Amino acid sequence: MNLDLARWQFAITTVYHFLFIPLTIGLSVLVAGMQTAWVRTNDQRYLRMTKFWGKLFLINFAMGVVTGIVQEFQFGMNWSDYSRFVGDIFGAPLAIEGLLAFFLESTFLGLWIFGWDRLPKRLHLACIWLASLGTILSAYFILAANSWMQHPVGSVVNTARGRAELTDFGAVLTNSTAVGAFLHTMTACFVTAGVFVMAISAWHLNKGRHTDVMRPSIRIALITVLIGSLGVVVTGDLQARLMTEQQPMKMAAAEALYDTVAPASFSLVTIGSLDGSQEIWSLRVPRVLSFMATGNLDGKVEGINDLQASSQAAYGPGVYAPDIPVTYWTFRLMIGFGMLAGLVSVVGLWLTRRRASRPLPRWFLGAAVGSLFLPFAANSAGWIFTEVGRQPWVVFGTLRTADGVSPSVGWVSVLISLVVFTLLYGALAVVDGILMVRYAKAGPPPPTPPAPTDETEPRPLAMAY
Amino acid sequence: MALTDIWFLLIALLWTGYFVLEGFDFGVGILLPVVGRTEKDRRVAINTIGPVWDGNEVWLIVAGGATFAAFPEWYASLFSGFYMALLLILVALIVRGVAFEFRGKIDSDRWRRNWDLGLVVCSVLAAFLWGVAFANIVAGVPLDARHEFTGTLFTLLNPYALLGGLAMLLLFALHGAVFLSLKTTGTVRARSRALAHGLGLATVVVGGAFLIWTSLAHGPAWTLLPVLVTAAALVAAILAIGRAREGWAFLLTATAIVGVTVTLFGSLYPDVLPSSTAAANSLTTVNAASTPYTLTIMTWVAVVFTPIVVAYQAWTFWVFRRRIGALDIPASTGLPARAPSA
Repeated sequence: MNLDLARWQFAITTVYHFLFIPLTIGLSVLVAGMQTAWVRTNDQRYLRMTKFWGKLFLINFAMGVVTGIVQEFQFGMNWSDYSRFVGDIFGAPLAIEGLLAFFLESTFLGLWIFGWDRLPKRLHLACIWLASLGTILSAYFILAANSWMQHPVGSVVNTARGRAELTDFGAVLTNSTAVGAFLHTMTACFVTAGVFVMAISAWHLNKGRHTDVMRPSIRIALITVLIGSLGVVVTGDLQARLMTEQQPMKMAAAEALYDTVAPASFSLVTIGSLDGSQEIWSLRVPRVLSFMATGNLDGKVEGINDLQASSQAAYGPGVYAPDIPVTYWTFRLMIGFGMLAGLVSVVGLWLTRRRASRPLPRWFLGAAVGSLFLPFAANSAGWIFTEVGRQPWVVFGTLRTADGVSPSVGWVSVLISLVVFTLLYGALAVVDGILMVRYAKAGPPPPTPPAPTDETEPRPLAMAY
Repeated sequence: MALTDIWFLLIALLWTGYFVLEGFDFGVGILLPVVGRTEKDRRVAINTIGPVWDGNEVWLIVAGGATFAAFPEWYASLFSGFYMALLLILVALIVRGVAFEFRGKIDSDRWRRNWDLGLVVCSVLAAFLWGVAFANIVAGVPLDARHEFTGTLFTLLNPYALLGGLAMLLLFALHGAVFLSLKTTGTVRARSRALAHGLGLATVVVGGAFLIWTSLAHGPAWTLLPVLVTAAALVAAILAIGRAREGWAFLLTATAIVGVTVTLFGSLYPDVLPSSTAAANSLTTVNAASTPYTLTIMTWVAVVFTPIVVAYQAWTFWVFRRRIGALDIPASTGLPARAPSA
């Protein structure tokens, strides 16, 4: 009971938090790039782009910040035995994330928001780049912490103290899993921000509004999505191979592959029994799973049954396979939604291949608006896949999720906090959604005349609350 | 000095940073309806903390992360034990954070009133609950042999802790009033200065009582020294505000907050979470700590990066050193309450 409630709470608060984070990271870089273009060319359109996308960025950023505090607290609140067990290793990247990344991001973003008229142009530009660097650094440290849970390296278990202890911090930071996860997440952040800019620009272009700002915006967005998508595919491929090596059960669960086979086909869709153990009908592509898992079209992929047997031999009796329907479908939704987003950008760039300024057809603009949800759905599916796929472990091969939950917190407390967070987050989603839609529709500010140079006159703050 | 002691000091330092910095932005939130009777005045008050409140809050995130890294047992027992109190603090910090960002986004009195209500209530709640939490940390809570908390939310709401909550609430309100006096002009400044007097006297009485209780009941004799320093700083701050020396007054209320954390952490040491049921079950800097290897790495990271953070945060305060008045506040940039019919 306690375990299920605590897991639901972690899933809800984390998936929710991660709706905002990829957009924050990707958009911070795009906005910084737009402002750089303005500083270099002095073209007013880039300034208006910076202000418009910057405003949407800030609305989103606030949600990421406030939901982030919960993330750090809930390890101790709901998962105290996990925290006792892993603190020696897991705490360090979290603390360093705060010290190196969050201070940088929050302080320089404050300077950026309120510093428009207080700082010299180039220094002000440096502030958004530093804030952006902070968001990227934070991604690295938190992913290094998560990757240690997927593939614990640089540590030993001290059974006398009942905890894992750090032996090589360098190994934790250079964990192959962390490098793979960071590159995959970063490229996905660019896809997310790119699709966001693409969809909103397309909405305006479809109405024929603000075309002077939205044309270059959609151009930047299409290129960002294309490059990001290519990166997601390449890094995803790298990760699949690492996963097969480090967590073979997760790979088998991704395909609902019960029996070891070579070569292994990849099913696009399957109709089967509810627990995923019996297949009725499926649409398959031969050899693709072998290629994903091993890099070889003939490669052998181990099935759930063999892995269950070898896990039992290693760890004792128990079920060592995750929830198969969840892993099977989230894996496909992640790939499917991600690829669809990439496809939209390919079509958009194809349509404008001869002349970048050629107006995009209405059917494409409609499709671009409709694709807004794709990266968010793909990001969520990806995290649900990788976290559910690790079960029954919280630290792979080392600590079971069931052994990590807080023993002193009653189920009533967990239920209360689950309800409180769900209601609060639901209400904030409505408010944030309304603000996002209203501000996205309002469009960029009109061109402004150059600021008066007379310093003796008091003038209002440029960007105030 | 043992690594575990260095980390006890560093965590005390992080909490001090958090209370000195977020203390004044809690104060601005608490006093918002009193210093800001008009929308312009409320915006003056909020814009004084606009560029810095988020950076102030990161001190909490780092304090939490550092506790997790350096004293995992402390982090685990404290956060699971103080579950309901922390849930309330989290809700308060979430609502406060979005209130700053969202209140001006729609140009409607009703919209702003609702966010302001959230801002005030949540600032009061968070300030009060941090006082309650720290009083309980110092006084100790029921812990079993596995260092698991065995009480409830009501265990935490004892008279000593409630006094601690009230003391912290008054102290942060005072700190906020002094900060507003320093950073504004016109009516907001005048109201803040007047408020600082009354709040200062109340803080000396309530805060003094709490600190003397802390020192006598839980601390070693030397903790009476920071209690005296705190009291002296508060009295001097009241005098400085009376003479319009707001910069000095702010340094003095900040000193008072340092005095409070020195008293609290000085009374706590060498425990980090004492057990009120059996002394053997107490968590100490030794039995709650991470391995020397982890602490060594963390020490290097802290030694290199903390000064850099302090330097750029200080620079931020320098950039935004100018006082803000009603003339600095532009017309609302929020969208109209209803979407114009297209």
